Amino acid sequence: MEFELSKPQKLLQKSTRDLFSRECPHKRVRELMATDTALNPELWAAVADQGWLGIHLDEEAGGLGLGVVDLAVVAEEMGRACFPGPFLGTVWAATLVAAASPKSKLLEPLTTGASKGAVALLEADTTWNPADVQFKATADGAGVKLSGKKTYVIDAGVADVIVVVARGDKGLSLVAVPTKTAGVKITAIAPVDQTRKLYEVELTDVKLGADAVLATGDAAAKALARSLEVATVVVAADMLGGMQWILEAAVEYAKTRQQFGKTIGTFQSVQHMCADMLLWTESSRSAIYYAGWALDAEPSDAARAVSLAKAYASDASREVANRGVQVHGGIGFTWEHDLQLYYKRSKASEVLFGDSAYHRNLLAALAFDRPSAAIA
Amino acid sequence: MDLGLTPSELKFRDELRAWLKANLPAKTSKAVKTADSTHEYHAYLKSWQRKLYDGGYAGVNWPKEYGGRGATFIEQAIFQEELALADAPERMGTIGQGLVGPTIIAVGTEEQKKRYLPGILSGDEVWCQGFSEPNAGSDLAALETKAVRDGDDFVINGQKIWTSYAHIADLCLLVVRTDPSAAKHKGLTSLLVDMKSPGITVRPLKMMSGDSGFNEMFFSNLRVPVKQTIGQVNDGWSVAITALSNERANLGTGLYVVFKRNLDAVIDHARKLKRNGKPVIDDPVMRQRLAQAYVDLEVFRLNTTRSLSILNRTGAPGPEGSIQKLYWSELNQRNAQIAMEVLGPNALSSEFDGGRWVYNYLRSRGNTIEAGTSEVQRNIIAQRVLGLPRSY
Repeated sequence: MEFELSKPQKLLQKSTRDLFSRECPHKRVRELMATDTALNPELWAAVADQGWLGIHLDEEAGGLGLGVVDLAVVAEEMGRACFPGPFLGTVWAATLVAAASPKSKLLEPLTTGASKGAVALLEADTTWNPADVQFKATADGAGVKLSGKKTYVIDAGVADVIVVVARGDKGLSLVAVPTKTAGVKITAIAPVDQTRKLYEVELTDVKLGADAVLATGDAAAKALARSLEVATVVVAADMLGGMQWILEAAVEYAKTRQQFGKTIGTFQSVQHMCADMLLWTESSRSAIYYAGWALDAEPSDAARAVSLAKAYASDASREVANRGVQVHGGIGFTWEHDLQLYYKRSKASEVLFGDSAYHRNLLAALAFDRPSAAIA
Repeated sequence: MDLGLTPSELKFRDELRAWLKANLPAKTSKAVKTADSTHEYHAYLKSWQRKLYDGGYAGVNWPKEYGGRGATFIEQAIFQEELALADAPERMGTIGQGLVGPTIIAVGTEEQKKRYLPGILSGDEVWCQGFSEPNAGSDLAALETKAVRDGDDFVINGQKIWTSYAHIADLCLLVVRTDPSAAKHKGLTSLLVDMKSPGITVRPLKMMSGDSGFNEMFFSNLRVPVKQTIGQVNDGWSVAITALSNERANLGTGLYVVFKRNLDAVIDHARKLKRNGKPVIDDPVMRQRLAQAYVDLEVFRLNTTRSLSILNRTGAPGPEGSIQKLYWSELNQRNAQIAMEVLGPNALSSEFDGGRWVYNYLRSRGNTIEAGTSEVQRNIIAQRVLGLPRSY
């Protein structure tokens, strides 16, 4: 039994951290987050060249053939750096296409970063539960016609292709929509977290051929579920990197800031906040890396493991961010201090792919509504 | 990462399972342990320890040369978990095996090892640990029990408190002050004391839950030969620290099974009891509360597994024990509270379901105090893991 990163994974962690500290200092994060898309072509190319967009996907699909744990290692470092711009949208889209239609011509450009992708799932009044989807896909000759609105679509503004989750005759339908198609309108939404951009996508009589439909019915539902699980781990690992940064910043500040003639880290009230931050961060780490491992090695436990990780880490991340600001006092509440970047990214990640209450509901269904499994 | 057990870990587990199947006592602890069956219960626990000893499962964590099994940390965890899964009797010799034995192995003389280690493993001799005092709890080094040299003996006067098993123990690892003029960590000595010596009075203390597992000990001119010193005279603090680091190396590996059984039983009540005409499990608020209990518990299990994996690599118990202790003690309190909420008005009764839930609620109150308060655990984490300055 070994529940630690392997040597190659530790190397990956180091090279990722090195790359981001070189290419993505906070100054650059702030510059990019002030732009419309937060996209920097050099930063995008650096990430794409490493193969990180498809690190967990098969080599035939242009991926590196590693696992979700490796993807989580990269995502954790992105969270630690507050990496701005598109990544999540393309990773989600690539994972979804790989699961829904592994032979699709769309897949390789997404995994190699030659194109950018997004997945349009949410609508007004829906959550991340695919059962809520109302958006209609109607038959149009041999092809398909789409009309309606999707919202909070991650990275849609830079995407070349958006996979729209719709409801058709055969249940769920996954339709790949090139963003240049007539009738596609993409509008930015002002986000709480400026480092990752969100958009509203409105489709008006968008007509596509039959080959645009990647999967329908059960196959579509299964592929979507898998892609949601992977994307949830990516966001959770991103939160973990943020927690680690905030913890280190708070401890560092507590060691230097003086009040009443002493460093504030001498005070137990401050020490105990830091100790709790460590406990929440490390517990999140256990849950998130287990989820990443289960997605590849223990598929029957994957849904439970992912919800466990997101339920725990969503609360933990918020509390770590709160304590981080509290330890810093006034300076932690300013625009000038980099804590604000992490505070907002943490809040957005808490909500993305379902907050703790959402995942507790999923867990209740998994754990309480069927007979308890044997413990061992 | 590979969370599966290795072939040798699987072999250890399967052999243990088979052994437990063949050797578990016919009666469970619960059947034997009644309010007035103390003597019978202890005989039962002693015979269980003897069985473990004969089966080669006493002191799994001890080195082979001292009669142990030399098991890896992961095998030790498997051992704890399998015993819990099998609902095996509690281990009466936990202080001896977990704390005193490893301390004697680390700092005892050859003679002390020969005299005491076999009795610990066989269960023939039960140990207690005379550390805390009324004025020395978290601040253990402030202890005041006085030992004055008189010829070849120390003459000891003072008081200990919260001493688990003192009422049945044969021996005690006792920390006393031998040099009152030295700095508080410097004037202490650790002694191996025969509990039958004249001058020791033991008075059981009752917990709010009704248990009486721990005691007060009073010493009145207790004479202990100086040769019963373990380590050096006036260096008793380092001996105590060795003992406590063994206590903290305990990651709580068997606890998941116990807590999971509790939660499963609570969920079962939540399916049967009604709230507003519907099963409690379908009440949206209680459903969230129960799911939170489930999340906290399952993350505890994953933390335990990860800590074990790290411990297995480093071989040296670090502050993981403090993180684990902080986590499980607060988890158990929260989940005991959620159980009470599921019960609704039935939480008023200490008879409902055999009094199990009221007992758990009351007993768990002590979890954040015993074996190092949550405050002390947070101090340890802040200072030893995060490197913040000492606050006292």
